[in-house]
Amino acid sequence: MNTIIFRTIAPFLVAIMVVFSVFVLLRGHNEPGGGFIGGLIAASAIAIYGIAAGVSEVRKALKIDPLAIAGFGLFIAGLAGLLSLGAEAPFLTGLWTYFEIGNAKVALSSVLIFDIGVYLVVLGTISAIALALEENEEGE
Amino acid sequence: METEIVKETLVLPKAMIEVATSAADWLVILPVVLALLASALLLMLRSTTRGQAVFAILVVMAIIVIEVQLLLKILELGPQSMTMGKWLPPFGISFSVDVIGASFALAGAIVTLVVLLYVQADIAKREVKYGFYSLVLLMLAGVSGAFMTGDLFNLYVWFEVMLISSFGLIIMGGRKLQLDGAIKYGFLNFLATSFFLAALGFIYGLMGTLNMADIAIVAADAPAGPLAAIGALLLLAFGMKAAAFPVNAWLPASYHTPHPAVSALFGGLLTKVGVYALLRTLVVLMPSAREFLDPLITILAVATLILAPLGALSQINLRRAIGFFLIGGVGAVLAGLAMPSMRGLAGASIYVFHSMLTIAALYLVAGLIERMSGTDDTRKMGGIYNASSMMSILFLVLIFAIAGLPPFLGFWPKLLLIEAGLGQADSVLVVALVLNSFLTVIAGTRLWSHIFWRNGREGKNSEQLNDRLKPLSKKDKWFGIAPTSILVVLIVWFGLFPNSVIDASRTAAADLLYPERYIQSTGLALDVEEDDLEVSQ
Repeated sequence: MNTIIFRTIAPFLVAIMVVFSVFVLLRGHNEPGGGFIGGLIAASAIAIYGIAAGVSEVRKALKIDPLAIAGFGLFIAGLAGLLSLGAEAPFLTGLWTYFEIGNAKVALSSVLIFDIGVYLVVLGTISAIALALEENEEGE
Repeated sequence: METEIVKETLVLPKAMIEVATSAADWLVILPVVLALLASALLLMLRSTTRGQAVFAILVVMAIIVIEVQLLLKILELGPQSMTMGKWLPPFGISFSVDVIGASFALAGAIVTLVVLLYVQADIAKREVKYGFYSLVLLMLAGVSGAFMTGDLFNLYVWFEVMLISSFGLIIMGGRKLQLDGAIKYGFLNFLATSFFLAALGFIYGLMGTLNMADIAIVAADAPAGPLAAIGALLLLAFGMKAAAFPVNAWLPASYHTPHPAVSALFGGLLTKVGVYALLRTLVVLMPSAREFLDPLITILAVATLILAPLGALSQINLRRAIGFFLIGGVGAVLAGLAMPSMRGLAGASIYVFHSMLTIAALYLVAGLIERMSGTDDTRKMGGIYNASSMMSILFLVLIFAIAGLPPFLGFWPKLLLIEAGLGQADSVLVVALVLNSFLTVIAGTRLWSHIFWRNGREGKNSEQLNDRLKPLSKKDKWFGIAPTSILVVLIVWFGLFPNSVIDASRTAAADLLYPERYIQSTGLALDVEEDDLEVSQ
């Protein structure tokens, strides 16, 4: 697996995949996509980087423990649900605000915060598992 | 022509909740949300070990306060519901809490608090970094969610949450024995969850809904054959989760392997969720399936009641023996399930409450005994009476409570169950219940005499002092015996003054047998379809 072609191409591939995962996350509300699949794409980017550059390199690049990322995701997803307490609505009710930047109308919602939380949970857990598996292989 | 008429008169049923939700309604969901958020926060801050314990204990205390308020509210006003995201049930996922849900969740939170205090005596920094507190809170979230949810698929999700967190807890420490236990535990629980998932598919295919209140309405008109098959599948799945005979082997093979505090947490919380799910699905949702399965449930109850204490009698490993006591309790609840009268269900629901507190306390005492004697072999534990009389009292009280002797909490559910059996002339179950108490006393006092009554070492050397015993340190006394005593005090207190518990259990049994109030709390009414018809005409 660890050929020079792969090692050269990997960083570019990883960058494209991470950007694409964010794009998939953001378009996910009404079109195919969303936090879960976006998180999977980002986690596979991290796994690819792990294969190419080694696990310790990835951990250095991430700076944060992947499981901490997952914890943060779960935390903000829960907070997004709690927002509806102020709106006299049940837990996890979607709240929307709209504002305009120039000619574009931008919709912001608690659903998006929840989805970002899902993205981070999936990214964190899957990359933690992937890195642990790759670490085992390196050890052998 | 016809289609035009339909167009004119078509009135879509409402899909959204239009009433404002007051902050007081949030009591239903807050215990789960708080535990989940706190668990996430602790997972994030895993590497900073300081303050984690205090934070976790404070969160669990807050959850207890909320659950007490919720229970009082339910006792006063009836079952409470909240449906997420403003969607009307059955579209939205409901949390519907009645008396048994709230009281079991409360008992679970109390056990968790006691375990968190207990563990302060010997938790290592490495275990905090591993994420112990985060996992405990995650498990509490899963257990409370399972007790409180009003949606079957959501129940499955909480089962998964419990499974994930219990996996992390059972292998904490990483000894070979623990991995062996974890594999048995994990494999059989995965299998049970898969059966449950298959049953969910059948339920959705048959009734088109997974909302519990909605199922309770629809199941009345569902065909009997498929319903009975679903009931049997659920009985197998939850029976495995609850460790009922003959699918109980995983429990004594795994529960003695982790840290004693983790054993207490598992013994107090996990099997009870399986038992609760049996009561909820077979009594409330599909009473006709339960009736069909009644002879089978009776056989399972009798076998579990009698074989479990016999298993305990043959054990020389202390915590394995306690595992068998735990299984015997599952038999008592199954006996209640086989006699779904007011008394039988009241007895079963108090039994679960009692068993959560008692089994957890028993595992905690066992942990202290193992710490003192440095072994898990009851033959080598002799002489602890001299070393710590307090522990011998705690142990004996708990054994009597498990066996159902007065004046402890365990007596009342047994009494109610036996009364229920006599009322129905179900003599087999009555005999099995009495025999279970009898055998449990024998097995328990055998352990007690080995560990406490015998002065010293095993066999002929019983008069020789057991020099392997290490006295408990001050820390062990404060964080070991004191929290366990809280549970024992609760057991004795409710045993001496059982009125509040028995009153609550009557309400619980009535809500299980006649779920109208439960259904109405979600906003579904039994005659919804007729109302819609009137509007459209």
